[in-house]
Amino acid sequence: MTAVETSTKVVLGGARGGPDVATLRQDRWWLQPVVTVSVLTAFIIYSTWAAFQNKNYYVGASAHRDLISPFYSPCLAQSCVPGSNAAFVLHWWTLSPALIILIFPLGFRLTCYYYRRSYYRAFWWSPPSCAVADAHSSYSGETRFPLIMQNAHRYFFYFGLLFNTMLTYDAIRAFHQPGAGWGMTVGTVVLLVNAGLLWAYSLSCHACRHLCGGGVRSFAAHPIRYRLWKILTPLNARHMNLAWASLIFVALTDVYVRLIASGAMTDFKIF
Amino acid sequence: MTDVSMRIWRGDATGGGFQTYTISQNEGEVVLDVIHRIQATEAPDLACRWNCKAGKCGSCSVEINGKPRLMCMTRMDQLPEGPVTVTPMKAFPIIRDLVTDVSFNYAMAEKIPALLPPPMPVGGYRMFQADVERGQEFRKCIECFMCQDVCHVIRDHEENKAHYAGPRFFIRVAELEMHPLDTNDRREFVRDEMGLGYCNITKCCTEVCPEHIHITDNAIIPLKERVVDAHYDPIAWLGRKIKRRVITSSADAAVQPAP
Repeated sequence: MTAVETSTKVVLGGARGGPDVATLRQDRWWLQPVVTVSVLTAFIIYSTWAAFQNKNYYVGASAHRDLISPFYSPCLAQSCVPGSNAAFVLHWWTLSPALIILIFPLGFRLTCYYYRRSYYRAFWWSPPSCAVADAHSSYSGETRFPLIMQNAHRYFFYFGLLFNTMLTYDAIRAFHQPGAGWGMTVGTVVLLVNAGLLWAYSLSCHACRHLCGGGVRSFAAHPIRYRLWKILTPLNARHMNLAWASLIFVALTDVYVRLIASGAMTDFKIF
Repeated sequence: MTDVSMRIWRGDATGGGFQTYTISQNEGEVVLDVIHRIQATEAPDLACRWNCKAGKCGSCSVEINGKPRLMCMTRMDQLPEGPVTVTPMKAFPIIRDLVTDVSFNYAMAEKIPALLPPPMPVGGYRMFQADVERGQEFRKCIECFMCQDVCHVIRDHEENKAHYAGPRFFIRVAELEMHPLDTNDRREFVRDEMGLGYCNITKCCTEVCPEHIHITDNAIIPLKERVVDAHYDPIAWLGRKIKRRVITSSADAAVQPAP
């Protein structure tokens, strides 16, 4: 389909009014980018450190627990701590097992519409805030490589669902404590909440909302997809909150498992 | 009644600058009331565009303390202490004082392929209520063009006006694309002719919308996902191919003569 011929002339390059300054805003517009940069930088530093540690990511039978860090699950390397291995193992992989899998959750968050908004503003200053001048002299948006790759978001979403399923399996399996039978500990609750938040974050994703029902032209012709869309829409409205909550909690889960695995703390038994 | 200091940008295409007016302000007044008082008492030649004074015509869009806002919906008592800065919308060429030339928007509006319904069936067209409501959100738009003004793609990069339509027209396309009676497919158009890929979804359009339309979440991102369906999703492409083949095969089977 081509554009319709227009009769109104587009005025390009006309002199603009107002002063030639970056912004006239007087409020603390810089606060949000500062918070975003701080939290995301802290997460990147911590997750990189944790991914290269290659130890203290699994609490096994010796402690009567079955807790694995979400950064290392599924543990696909042959070097994985006994008990933490997935059914499928990459024999040739010699680096930290976290490095095999982290690309998927990282890619999901990197291409997420909400995170895009946040890091374009906070890191790239394009723009740093609304009605504050863009820091770049030219702009091509997401029309060229590499940013055109943001369109791969839905594939990372599919992988994300796969990882959520595995982390849910880990959380459920954790309730069966080796040598002690079924029971609940703070660790099992932590893994369960982490999986729940990741599911909520994934299902509130814009790509999910589109695939489930948003993509149809007529709701009347697709009643089931309409119902799904109706369920997901209020969840989608909370996507930002879920993005932050799941991001912070996944790091806290790793911290918790790490503390238990290193012996710095014991996992408190609830029953 | 208290006095307030108003810093108003005065000028035209040849240049201009701020002029400060100290003027009285009554309780409950909006910025437009104060601007009208300045016109009545101190600067009868101050140009500003306005019409309904009720936030429904979209005429009095300016930038107040650096943010796009409607003068008629901005209460003076909700602004911070100190001088109030009023400037014209930055993204559009200036005509005079607070009045800008927004014809760019009308040119973009004309480009959009219109609704193309199928031939009317017996009994007339029918629409499901949920389909009506979905498009209704976008029809709340009052065309104040503040979303266009705040969009950095054209606000900070004039050259992009040649190939970028802006959020106001993305909601128009979204409304048409979500219309159950429309048979046009504008996905290629919105990508190639309207520059959807230039939008980096920083949501400023949603933040300034006086009608609280969820421009990014309900229009721009769904359009981006539709473009992904059409251009960047091999699974969707394969699905379409198979579906087409199945439909074609069934049609072929239907016309085959009985043995």
